[in-house]
Amino acid sequence: MGITLRLAWRNIWRHPRRTFLTASAIAFAVAILLFMVTLQLGSYDMMIDSSLRLYHGHLQVQPEGYLDKPRIRNTISDARALGSHIRKLVGSSSVSVRAMSAALASSRVRSYGVQVIGVETDYEGKVSTIPGLVKRGRFLSSDDAAEAIIGHVLARNLKVDIGGEITLLGTGMDGSVAATVAPVVGIFESGSAELDRHLVQLPLGAFQDVFSMRDRAHTIVVLGDSLDELEILMGAVRAGLPPESRLAVLSWEALVPGLKQAIQADWISGWFLYACLIMIVTFSIMNTFLMSVLERTREFGIMLALGAKPVSIGALIMLESTWLTLLGVAVGMTVGIAIVVYFHTYGFTYPGMEELMAFYNLPGVIKPEISTLSLTLGPAVVLLATCAAALYPALRIRLLKPVEAMRAV
Amino acid sequence: MSALNLGLLYTLAWRNVWRNRRRTLVILLAIALGIWSMVTLAALMRGMIEQQVLNTIKNLTGHIQVHAMGYRDDPAIDNSMPPPGAAILEAVRTEDVRAWAARVRVPAVVASERESAGVTLVGIDPEAEQGLSFIADAVTEGRRLESAADHGLLLGRKLAERLETRLGKRVVLMSQDIDNDIADRGFRVVGIFDADMEATETGYVFVGSTIAQDMLKLGDRVSQLALVVDDRDNLDAVLQRLTDAAPGLDVQPWTKLEPMLVLIVKMYDGFMMIWFVVVFLAMSFGLVNTLLMAVFERTREIGLFQALGMRPRLMLGQVLLESLTLLMIGVVVGNVCAWATIASLDEGLNLSAFAQGFELYGLSSIIYPLVTASDVLTANLVIIVLGLIASLYPAWHAARYVPVEAITRT
Repeated sequence: MGITLRLAWRNIWRHPRRTFLTASAIAFAVAILLFMVTLQLGSYDMMIDSSLRLYHGHLQVQPEGYLDKPRIRNTISDARALGSHIRKLVGSSSVSVRAMSAALASSRVRSYGVQVIGVETDYEGKVSTIPGLVKRGRFLSSDDAAEAIIGHVLARNLKVDIGGEITLLGTGMDGSVAATVAPVVGIFESGSAELDRHLVQLPLGAFQDVFSMRDRAHTIVVLGDSLDELEILMGAVRAGLPPESRLAVLSWEALVPGLKQAIQADWISGWFLYACLIMIVTFSIMNTFLMSVLERTREFGIMLALGAKPVSIGALIMLESTWLTLLGVAVGMTVGIAIVVYFHTYGFTYPGMEELMAFYNLPGVIKPEISTLSLTLGPAVVLLATCAAALYPALRIRLLKPVEAMRAV
Repeated sequence: MSALNLGLLYTLAWRNVWRNRRRTLVILLAIALGIWSMVTLAALMRGMIEQQVLNTIKNLTGHIQVHAMGYRDDPAIDNSMPPPGAAILEAVRTEDVRAWAARVRVPAVVASERESAGVTLVGIDPEAEQGLSFIADAVTEGRRLESAADHGLLLGRKLAERLETRLGKRVVLMSQDIDNDIADRGFRVVGIFDADMEATETGYVFVGSTIAQDMLKLGDRVSQLALVVDDRDNLDAVLQRLTDAAPGLDVQPWTKLEPMLVLIVKMYDGFMMIWFVVVFLAMSFGLVNTLLMAVFERTREIGLFQALGMRPRLMLGQVLLESLTLLMIGVVVGNVCAWATIASLDEGLNLSAFAQGFELYGLSSIIYPLVTASDVLTANLVIIVLGLIASLYPAWHAARYVPVEAITRT
């Protein structure tokens, strides 16, 4: 085996220029793929993280059917107690109860349709970044305070400022008119156009009063430490729900289905591109392998005549291409990882990207994800493709007839 | 003399290309695949962007909008404007303006017996919206609005579901009239409309514009004027006319109204160029390698040619001609394949499995590929021109041989 290995290594250096070019092609593909894949995965982490931490949380407990038809009558009874039960269950305080309804918000001069959310003031900041994004004024003080915080676009549209009052007019849970006047104590800038324009937050107790909901609410938001433990977290929450409660535990994938699909669509279209790239590189490489075999037809003929088995010559060729591929992959991974580490440290951005991402409420720089999977997926695919390309010339050896081969030009 | 040389060179190049058929086929495949992926991808991306632009324009944006100063910042009833006067009418009633309409457009709340939702109330003149916005032919259940004085209301399908109401039921619209009092009025839902985007279906309700003006005590005032022209990239003339005709009003083209779209188009352009170069680089390794091998295995032959008096310059030309032949064949095959792929997607590439994902980024989920001459030209030029430049390396090798050494080399 030692001699075959050495023979293979020497053979690939017979044409240094060709070997160099071929290895470069492989290295190029590996480096590009490595960078693109880590960048893609990094951007998904960012998309998920920034949109879920803003408002939705990792999972929510909701009454069955509420997601499709958010009707005010479809509620969780004794929600606050269930909320603290779940808090104990998962051993984390990142659990918050919310109630919500659409309403008409009016200032002295303007009226807009809004989404009113009643939040647990002690816990909302643990599941959502909005309380921390109150840029002027302060967050809600206590669960029963009659006060409100609103988005900055809404504040501008209503022409109210801190200390101003807004009137909320909606329909209570029992069908009665729900109306209240609340002073605006804080104005938040979430960066999400939707939330900044449409969202009004009240303390949960005040909300339940106004909308005649007593102890009821609509959803319990849970934020885990990381998405990796989502399944376990969901199982724990589900097991902790009272039996026959007609409550559903919904993951972020159900709450924001668009996010998951956007990621899938991007991942698939990304791989369509990579497949094209890999195939083009594979064809380039295949030519090198093919040539290196064809030009040595006489040599192989002699080897066969001297008693070498076609299998061992095939193995020799596979070894040669493996050497070549490994060389390319090693160089490509070195370069690729260097690029990834650089952008992981300093962040990747692209002209125009920052502005565009701001529209979608995303930070303008992407940090490539560094993980075993993200660093090996691209190189592994290239390795597979090049090995497949080497198979064809290696198998051709079986067709050689020693005498004819020796006479070949 | 030079014509003769060229003919001879070409014969040589053509024959050389087919000396090793298998090798040539493999590299042709790589070139064709490269061109195919470039052209197909460009067409899909262009189609996606184009559709997004068209959707946005149809989604009540139009090519140019006229508002009262301040409306865009604060789209409330206070920022309404008088109906288009004689000067504006003269500016829009011209050949190059395809359609125009004045609309009432204010925030409102719509309430059914059970639920309520915040929406944008749009008062339209249904006839004027023909060819201007999607609502003219979006009603799929019930009937359209018949005139600006139609007493009915159009509701999006998704919103109707949310409000738990349906065709024929009554809903109440609440908004603010021009005196800052709450204005409300009951409407019968006479039509349900469908739209590409869920946000459109839930965001707008349509009523007749006279009815809306009446409800809001607007008199004959309106919120906006929107128009479409023949060529959206050639707006300057109309824009200038309107700005002159409407002093004190805010006249804006769609590129200013939807800056994000312009940004997206730019991003995609940049991305496409990067992709073109990446594909080219991947392909060029193979091309250079193949030519280099072709030159090496002919070392003796090239030496002999030169000994017989062929100039190095012609040697260079011959290899470049070989490269050009390979590139041309590959490019033609690639373009034909791309054309076939795109033609087979005539019905649109249906990605509705990811509809909500596309929606999140304002895209619709059926992509109709759009081939533009400039994309195809760029793709082909990148491959051919850069390909020839890359081939200079093996060609220069061939031209540099010293005859005697080359002939004696084994």
